[in-house]
Amino acid sequence: MTMARAAASRRSLLGHSYNLVGVVASLVILAWTLVAIFAPYIIPHPIGDIVDDDYFGPMRQGLLLGSDYLGRDMLSRVLMGARYTVGISLAAVCIACFSGVVLGMVAAVTGGWFDTCLSRFLDAMNSIPSKLFGLVVVAAVGSSIPVLILTLAVIYIPGAYRFARALAVNINTMDFMTVARVRGESTAYLIGSEVLPNIIRPVLADFGLRFVFIVLLLSGLSFLGLGLQPPLADWGALVRENIGGLPFAAPAVIVPSLAIASLTISVNLLIDNLPQKIRDRDA
Amino acid sequence: MTSGVLNLVVKRLGIALVTLLIVLFAVFFATSMLPGDTASILLGQAATPEAVAGLREAMHLNDPAILRFLRWLLGLLHGDLGTSYANQMPVAALIGGRLVNTMKLAAITTLLSVPLALTLGITAAMLRGSIYDRAVTVLSIGVISVPEFMVATLAVLLFAVYLKWLPALSSVNEAHSLTDLVRIYAMPVITLTFVISAQMVRMTRAAVIETLSTPYAEMALLKGASRGRMVLRHALPNALGPIVNAVALSLSYLVGGVIIVETIFNYPGIAKLMVDAVATRDLPLIQSCAMIFCLGYLLLITAADIVAIMSNPRLR
Repeated sequence: MTMARAAASRRSLLGHSYNLVGVVASLVILAWTLVAIFAPYIIPHPIGDIVDDDYFGPMRQGLLLGSDYLGRDMLSRVLMGARYTVGISLAAVCIACFSGVVLGMVAAVTGGWFDTCLSRFLDAMNSIPSKLFGLVVVAAVGSSIPVLILTLAVIYIPGAYRFARALAVNINTMDFMTVARVRGESTAYLIGSEVLPNIIRPVLADFGLRFVFIVLLLSGLSFLGLGLQPPLADWGALVRENIGGLPFAAPAVIVPSLAIASLTISVNLLIDNLPQKIRDRDA
Repeated sequence: MTSGVLNLVVKRLGIALVTLLIVLFAVFFATSMLPGDTASILLGQAATPEAVAGLREAMHLNDPAILRFLRWLLGLLHGDLGTSYANQMPVAALIGGRLVNTMKLAAITTLLSVPLALTLGITAAMLRGSIYDRAVTVLSIGVISVPEFMVATLAVLLFAVYLKWLPALSSVNEAHSLTDLVRIYAMPVITLTFVISAQMVRMTRAAVIETLSTPYAEMALLKGASRGRMVLRHALPNALGPIVNAVALSLSYLVGGVIIVETIFNYPGIAKLMVDAVATRDLPLIQSCAMIFCLGYLLLITAADIVAIMSNPRLR
């Protein structure tokens, strides 16, 4: 499985040419990833320190992105916010896609009542609006990082399941699947060695899209005050706490919004500009 | 012939009903997982253990969850939504006026965004590959890729801060004239219209492009029909099903949109009520609001599916 994946990605790196938009988009994503990892070492001021006499200060030398509603350095807060936004979303999307794809492949390969029941149940889950689901869960168990990760993952499992199952059902009708079945291979072998290598590329593209959805939902929840709780602040929470600066068009409220937009738009553009062969379902 | 369609539609409605039950169940259980005992929260810190036990008995809190769920469901059927924990008012009374406000907002947004999005989507598909098409596509991808609150903050920055045309907050109570009304609804409606339309434009454009690439559309062109005639007479009637489907699906995004928009603009609708209820942990209120939202969402996606079934000639 890992070998197949490595081979696939090697081929896609060397065999296809990327266009400019795709390259720029990947650079933006790479930059935010590096920021998320190294944020504590590169922030100019500790995030809790009040460094400005004024609140909602403008951009200037020393405070490149101005100051927030308490006079704290906005640049440091945005850089640290990247950790939470990228980290939580990435953890959630990994759980969602892993569970969704595994369940989807097993459902497609085994079929029968397992498939029917699981599909019905997950379709019903899909009929709960995502923000509402988040609201209800936060109301029920409170908001903490593990709860947020799990909630976001659960919300997006049905989508990942549906996508993977639809792909796997097509693979399941192929002759090599029948051959493998006749050989007496186990379900684990079937999904790991026969189905997965054939659907991995569209599944990875779907992973990216779902990451965007999760970033947007997490930011939305934090913006409503139901996501990360102070003193922690992701980008959505940064917009929320500085919303008072909106009437003066303070950088403190605009910059975190732009950070979210740069990340989500880059992921969308990267997926849109992937070589056709990777993006297409039947490649 | 038609019985096949009828069968499918009835089956789809049945699925929707089962889904609704599952969703209600999920909402009920998620909210009853709340840590802390409801009775002791209601009575406050000074309550004696006997009083708490008595209230638990009176509220049937000791019954198994499934029984409480059925009782709640039965109450719903009678129109009894329970009593708010926070201010002891019946939930139905709290929700009533708020629901009307939200419906007004949704209705105005729909009236504005559907014609706008369809025009943009269809014309972009007709002029595929042109600068106009690219601009529409880039703009709609942009709006889809950013959170709703960013669209709202940008709208405030543009219309309220730089242009100073509109107030940043809305409050329905102050409407005395038509201009007041416009000023109140403008910001929330503009934001929601952007969010909903972007989705609709993309889906409409895709649906029309798909029909335009069919052999009969090409045939119409080859027999000498003008491009406009080909699109309006030959392609559009066939793309109608997918388009209506796209409209219904996009409108379901209203559910998520109003939650953000009502909060940011302080609009006294049901979503704001629910966000406030979450802050005060007012269970009956959260349950009822969640139920209304799920119901609306489910209605829209079921409508979208039924339109898709009805408009597929192969099923007729």
